[in-house]
Amino acid sequence: MADSAGVEVKPGATVQAPPQAASAGSEASRQRVVSPEYMFFEAPRERAFITGSEAAKEAIRRANVDIAISYPITPQSETMQQVGALWAEGYVKEYYRGEEEFGVMSAIAGASRSGARSLTATAGPGLMRGMEVVASWPGGRMPLVLLIMCRVINAPLSIQPDNAELAYLLNSGNIIFHAENQQDFFDYSLKAFIISEKPEVTLPVAVAVDGFFVTHARGYVMLPPSDIKLTPRDPYHEAIPAMDNENPPARISRDAPIQKSNFISYHVHASWQQEVWAAVERSRKYIDKYMGGLVEIVNPDAETIIVASGSAVSQSREAVRQAEEDLGERIGLIKVRSLRPFPTRELREACKNAKRILVPEFNCVGWLHREVCTALYGYSNAEIIPGPRVFGGISLPTEMILQYIFPDKKFAF
Amino acid sequence: MSFDNLKMSPALEKYMTKEYRDLVERGPYGKPKKVSEMGTFKEILEEHPMCAGCAMTLFIRLTMIGLPNPEHTILVGTAGCGRLALTQTSIPFIYGNYGDTNAVASGLKRGLATRFADQPKDVVVMAGDGGLADIGFSAVMHSWFRKEKFTTIMLDNEVYGNTGGQESGMTERGAILKMAPKGKQFEKMDMIGLAKTANVAYIARVTPTNPTRVASTIRKAVLIAREIGPTFIQAYTSCNIEYAIPTPKVMDDAKEVETARYGFMEIMSDEAREYLESIEPAKKPKAKKSESEEAVTAN
Repeated sequence: MADSAGVEVKPGATVQAPPQAASAGSEASRQRVVSPEYMFFEAPRERAFITGSEAAKEAIRRANVDIAISYPITPQSETMQQVGALWAEGYVKEYYRGEEEFGVMSAIAGASRSGARSLTATAGPGLMRGMEVVASWPGGRMPLVLLIMCRVINAPLSIQPDNAELAYLLNSGNIIFHAENQQDFFDYSLKAFIISEKPEVTLPVAVAVDGFFVTHARGYVMLPPSDIKLTPRDPYHEAIPAMDNENPPARISRDAPIQKSNFISYHVHASWQQEVWAAVERSRKYIDKYMGGLVEIVNPDAETIIVASGSAVSQSREAVRQAEEDLGERIGLIKVRSLRPFPTRELREACKNAKRILVPEFNCVGWLHREVCTALYGYSNAEIIPGPRVFGGISLPTEMILQYIFPDKKFAF
Repeated sequence: MSFDNLKMSPALEKYMTKEYRDLVERGPYGKPKKVSEMGTFKEILEEHPMCAGCAMTLFIRLTMIGLPNPEHTILVGTAGCGRLALTQTSIPFIYGNYGDTNAVASGLKRGLATRFADQPKDVVVMAGDGGLADIGFSAVMHSWFRKEKFTTIMLDNEVYGNTGGQESGMTERGAILKMAPKGKQFEKMDMIGLAKTANVAYIARVTPTNPTRVASTIRKAVLIAREIGPTFIQAYTSCNIEYAIPTPKVMDDAKEVETARYGFMEIMSDEAREYLESIEPAKKPKAKKSESEEAVTAN
C-alpha cells in the first residue's frame, strides 16, 4: 500500500507530534466548511478510480472528524491506517491506535460522549469482540460512525469476505447501512455522520461493506473536491447532552435503572428501549433526503424480484441485465441500502405483485432472507426463496443467481 | 462556564430546592474547599445508598473535596459499589460497560481536548479492584502505556462487594471468599509495581485514615494528570460487609491494615514533581530528596 511502502523505521527516534489542528498553510487548513446539502448534491464531482478503503479515506477527509481510533484487522486495517495519514496531514484532529476492539469501541464511546465527531472501523472478529460495547452505544445515544468491512467470524479462522456478522448487529439499536460498492461506501460514510448527529436521531451509524470485494477492489467513485468539509458536530443540539461538564449531566447516567427499585427499573428501561427504536425509525426521513431512500428499485412491476444488499446487489444487477438481454426476461431488483431502519413498508409496496422473491446473500445464515420474510409476512403471497447463498469467501456468479431465477434452464457456473 | 450553567435563573430561584440552592451558593465549584471545612459547605456527594460504616463512601467524599476543579471534571466508573455513590455526585458521571473505564476515559479525555483547547477538563476514573485489576486490566495498562492524561483511582476493597463477595485479583492470598472456598490461591496483584513499570507519572497508595492526606493526594494526582501523564491512586476502602468488620471498627481496621501492609506511599516522576512545585511552591520547604523518587511512610 502506498502509505506504508518504504517507511523508514528508526528505533529510538524522537516521536513527531502531529499538530492537533491543521498547521497554517497546509491543504487541510484551507478546507472550507460547507453544508451537507452542498457537499452531497451541489458540489462538482470528479471521477476517481479507487479502492473501497480509499473511498472511505476520501469520505473521512471531507467529514470534519475530530477523533478517530483505530485497531488493525484484515480487511479493515488499510482504511484506518489511511485515516492515520489524514491525521498526520491535519484533516483529523486526534487519532490513536487502541489496545483491542473492546477498548476501541469503549474509547470511541467516550470520544462521542465528549461531544467530538468520532469514527472507528472494524471487521468480523473485531466487531464480535467489541459487540458488548457496540450494543450499548444506542442506549447511550452516542452519535458516531462505525465502518465495518465484513469478513468471516466463525471457526475455522479465515479472513475471507462473508457478512454473517451483520446478523448479530441487526437487533442492537444501531442504524446500519450496507454499501454495494466503492461509490456507496464513500457516500454512505459521509452521510452517516450527518444522519447520526441529527437531534431526533442521536444514534450511532454503522456503514457495512463486504470485505475485499469492495475494500480491496477499485471502482469508479465520483468525488467532490477535497478542499471542502462538512459542518462540525454540534453536541448541544442532540438528544443527550455531551458529558463535558458544560451541561447538566443526562439523568440516565446519574440514575441508572440498575440503581432503582425493580419496578422503576422496568419502566425506565422499557421506555428507553422504545425510544431508541423510535429514533432508529426517525432516521428514515434523513435517509430518504440524503441517500435517496432506504431502497433502490429496478423493474418494480416484475413477477420475480431479487432483494439484496451489499455486493450481492452488484451481482444481482448483472444477473438482471443478462436475463433481460440474453433471455428477454424482466427481473426486478430491490437494493436494500438501510438494514436498520429496515425498509418494511417499501418492500411491502414493491413486492405486492411479486410471485417469486430471491434473496442472494454472502453468508451462511441468511439473515436478509429472514428479514424479508418478516417484513412480507401477511403482505405477500410470493414464494420467498432462501438464496442463492455463498459464504466463506466464495464469489457469487451471476449464473448462480440466474439458475435460481430460472430453475428449468441450465446455467454453467 | 460550567459553573454558570449550574447557576439558577433569577426568575426560577424561588422554585429551586434548598439542596440545589446550597450547591450553587455553598458548593465547592470555583472555590476549592478544605477537608477541615467539612460541615460548612455543600459537598459534591451527600446522600447515597452505601452500607452503614462503608470506608469507601468516606474515601469518595474526601476525593470530591480533593478535586481541584469539580466544575470541569468528568467521572468515569463501572459496575461495583463505588458507582452507587458516584452516580449521586453533582458531577457528570459516565457509567459504562464492565471493565471499560480506562478505554472510555482515553477517548473522552482526547475528545474533550479537541473541543476545549484553553480549558482543562479533568477526567477521573473511579472503579473497584475487580473493575480495574481484573476485567478492566488491559484497558488500565494500555492507558498507562499510552500516557493518557487522566487519573485512575482504585477503590480497593479486595473483593467483589457489589456481586456479593467474590475473590478478586486484589484479594489477599488465603482469604476465604465466594469463588475461593479454599482460600485465594495466589498473591494480591501488584498494581503499584505495574504502574511503576508503565512509568505512571504519579502513583499513590493510601487509606482513608488521614482525610487531609486523601484530599491532597487526589489533588496532586488530578493536577499531574492534567499536564504530565497518567496518575494512579490505589486506596484501601474496606468492605465491612464481606470481611465482617463491625461497623464501629471500620477505621480501626483501616489503621491496622495501613500499619501492616498498606502504608501511605507516593511515587512521583521528576517531571511531575517539578510541575507541582511550579504551580504550588511548597509552603513549608522540606528537605529535597536528591534521587529517591519514593517517599514511603507507614502512618
